[in-house]
Amino acid sequence: MAAVLLTESVMKFAIALFSAAHAPSSRRALLFAQAALAGGHEIVRLFFYQDGVYNASGSVVTPQDEQDLPKQWRAFVAEHQLDGVVCIAAALRRGVLNEEEAKRYQREAVAVGAPWELSGLGQLHDAVQDADRLICFGGA
Amino acid sequence: MPKSLLMISRQAPWSGPSAREALDIVLAGGAFDLPIGLLFLDDGVFQLAAKQDAKALQQKDLSANLQALPMFGVEELFVCADSAAERGLDPTGLALEETRALSADEITALIDRYDQVITL
Repeated sequence: MAAVLLTESVMKFAIALFSAAHAPSSRRALLFAQAALAGGHEIVRLFFYQDGVYNASGSVVTPQDEQDLPKQWRAFVAEHQLDGVVCIAAALRRGVLNEEEAKRYQREAVAVGAPWELSGLGQLHDAVQDADRLICFGGA
Repeated sequence: MPKSLLMISRQAPWSGPSAREALDIVLAGGAFDLPIGLLFLDDGVFQLAAKQDAKALQQKDLSANLQALPMFGVEELFVCADSAAERGLDPTGLALEETRALSADEITALIDRYDQVITL
């Protein structure tokens, strides 16, 4: 259970994630997101960009004694019915395709599906406008 | 009034897709008419080095995309003077003429001025 970190008035957060599923910053992003909701705050959107798209991949196999972050993200987004967006250009470049894109580009591997949505960078800007705070994880 | 966003671009152009992907966020913001700024910091200043030969690395040149910034309405372009000097780049001879060289203090003030910041 995530600790309650934010006790101030209710805030709207946009969360951007740039690092791969095995990076510590990706785990911190999930813990922050859990803490934000536990503190009564709102997450207007999760936006996965750059290597962050791997966090939405159903093709990641995590060793048994390690945290399966893509699975945890998927459960978290589904449970809270969050708006989870994976940047389509970043995902295509890294082979994280949904069914529609795999069909479009004639690729066999489908790595991402519900609750994630593949969409463009406009969704990031839209979230920035909508949120009180943009919180980034795994950037340079 | 729309919220402003500052992109701090810290990666060299040939070290992976990071510089390009940072620029894509800026161009997308410009396309949506949002108030957006771009600061080249640390190795990010290498994106502005003149006379780069991308073909020698079998890569695509980023400079054409950089030149598109003013066309996308992105006019708030800055470069860290210290980062450029440390890497032997003359801030007056950069590939993107519109960039303004800033001191460390000016960068602090710049970051303060924006509503949101992304560092890539």
